[in-house]
Amino acid sequence: MIANYGYKDGSGEWFISIDTDKCNGCGECVKVCPQTVFEVTQDPNDPFREEPVAVVSDGHRKKIKYTCNTCKPVTNRPPLPCIVTCKSKAITHSW
Amino acid sequence: MTREYWRWPESRWTAPNKEWQGAKIITAGVDVGSVSTQSVILVDGELYAYSSMRTGSNSPDSAQNAMKWALEGTGLTMDKIQYTVGTGYGRVNVPFANRAITEIACHSRGANFMYGPTVKTILDMGGQDCKAIHCDEKGKVSAFLMNDKCAAGTGRGMEVFADLLSVPIEDIGKLSFEIEEEPSPVSNTCVIFAKTEATGLLKQGWSKEKVIAAYCSAMAHRVVELLQRIGMEKEFAVTGGIAKNIGVVKRIEKEIGVTALIPKLDTQIAGALGGALFAKALVEKEQRG
Amino acid sequence: MISCGIDGGARNTKVVILKDGKIIGKGMALTGFEQKVAAEAAINVAISEAGIKREDIEYIVATGEGQKEIEFANDTITVVGADTIAVNTLFPQVRTVIDIGAEEGRAIKCDEKGKVIDFAINEKCAAGAGTFCETMARTLEVKIEEMGAISLKSTKSIPMNAQCAVFAESEVVSLIHAKTPKEDIANAVHSAISDRIASMARRVGIEKEVALVGGVAKNIGFVEALKKDLEVEFLIPDDPLFITAYGAAISAIDKVSS
Ligand code: SF4
Ligand code: SF4
Repeated sequence: MIANYGYKDGSGEWFISIDTDKCNGCGECVKVCPQTVFEVTQDPNDPFREEPVAVVSDGHRKKIKYTCNTCKPVTNRPPLPCIVTCKSKAITHSW
Repeated sequence: MTREYWRWPESRWTAPNKEWQGAKIITAGVDVGSVSTQSVILVDGELYAYSSMRTGSNSPDSAQNAMKWALEGTGLTMDKIQYTVGTGYGRVNVPFANRAITEIACHSRGANFMYGPTVKTILDMGGQDCKAIHCDEKGKVSAFLMNDKCAAGTGRGMEVFADLLSVPIEDIGKLSFEIEEEPSPVSNTCVIFAKTEATGLLKQGWSKEKVIAAYCSAMAHRVVELLQRIGMEKEFAVTGGIAKNIGVVKRIEKEIGVTALIPKLDTQIAGALGGALFAKALVEKEQRG
Repeated sequence: MISCGIDGGARNTKVVILKDGKIIGKGMALTGFEQKVAAEAAINVAISEAGIKREDIEYIVATGEGQKEIEFANDTITVVGADTIAVNTLFPQVRTVIDIGAEEGRAIKCDEKGKVIDFAINEKCAAGAGTFCETMARTLEVKIEEMGAISLKSTKSIPMNAQCAVFAESEVVSLIHAKTPKEDIANAVHSAISDRIASMARRVGIEKEVALVGGVAKNIGFVEALKKDLEVEFLIPDDPLFITAYGAAISAIDKVSS
């Protein structure tokens, strides 16, 4: 499942997508994110899935554009910690 | 209580020729939304009864009341229900639920039951959010997004316009077609700025209807963009308050070139129905061990 | 030489007339729905304040959202460019400029010559610009000019959950119903917007000194909140609203001389 967390508003589209088929619930993203964006829990959108999965926590979903600004300077943007650390390549950002 | 942007009548229904006595599995789903609450009872996986009513000041009572109403006159009692799933915004506050499951999962499952296995894309627009779901033929979610940050593309955004133009929100859809020529859509996404834009258009001499048409098409366009993000497939269903606004639905259909499926059932119960279906599957899973 | 800058902003159209780089006239008019009319009105105010004739103006540079509609201008410049030139002229030590207008917020990083190095923009979402404060002031039934002073009286910080100006209106209404003091609500409004602006500004990297311009710089409640968030002091020009027009007018001099 592609779980899109975030929003589209007048200023653009701001989504973090987690491919739950790729995510193995290892929790590396939780450790590496400076803003504690991720949580690893039981899959809230698939009651039959046994393994835990990463989700974007509630508090960040409506302001993710701002939350991630720390990792996204206008120029010389380094690779995003969450994306780099995820060996399963489950995380993508729309911006 | 949250203000109701799309007005829904309260209703209940019981299957005419069905008995619960002697059933193997009886399950229920309760969807506590910010505006209305539904409960659905399934007997051996078939729809037996449902109710839909306004959400009161607290979720537990609302869930209880909806459940009671659905059971009314059936002779069926709560203790005979083997498993109950709570869903919706107030899902963690359903005291008698065995489990809470997100509205995304429940909606998808419920729509699959209502519209049949061909439905792959579901748009649900409520008073304060907009959900787009892509699912497989079993109703399992394959992609989703939920936008509850921005008022644009929610019932709330429409209400702001209805207020600005002093027309009842129910009439928006119809009025949006009382125009000679389809105007270009309102260019601002932001509801606040779109409102200013609309005021300007009225000053330029646009009729109310034309402004409404321009906003409906802007909203349709926005929705289509969201649908594209999750993968639009031909068989698509529209649920939630927006389903009542033909001004937006027809324009979405036009933009993507397909017609929304017509449901056999009241689309409002999709979430609760999905919850009850999950409840049944979970009981069966337990029984299998 | 007499030059003129005109800033067709979303809310107000502002004009600055310079004589050899010194301000001799300013004018402002509500942009409303007719940028052309507003531009005429604003320039006429500035001309009469300057005590000159229209023909005396040698070169006019337009900027702002409505720049294309200002047909009498000889040239145009971006808002980012105009802001930077203006701030560099007033405060050459500034390296970061934060400009919050009615509909957009900007953060600009520049060098000592006033060259733009980087910038970030909060576009077209009312929750990220001055309109947010205005909308909330209206809901609170407080004049926008008073919002700042009121919020400074607040003793309690309460969170605002809504990230949208429309949903925030409803939140403010429920806070009012819950008898929350106006000053605490105003304070919450300023912290909310400041949070978003600070986050945007960090994308260009805050380097001292920092200038704050645009209409919202006049709101002391917001300024205080942003100061706390970014942990810096700001240089705020006397008339932050006219800065962009001023920059455009300076650029007009450069255009003619080159
Ligand atoms: S970009 Fe940075 S802040 Fe955003 S989720 Fe990734 S690690 Fe966290
Ligand atoms: S764009 Fe407008 S409607 Fe959407 S979140 Fe921003 S303020 Fe709200």
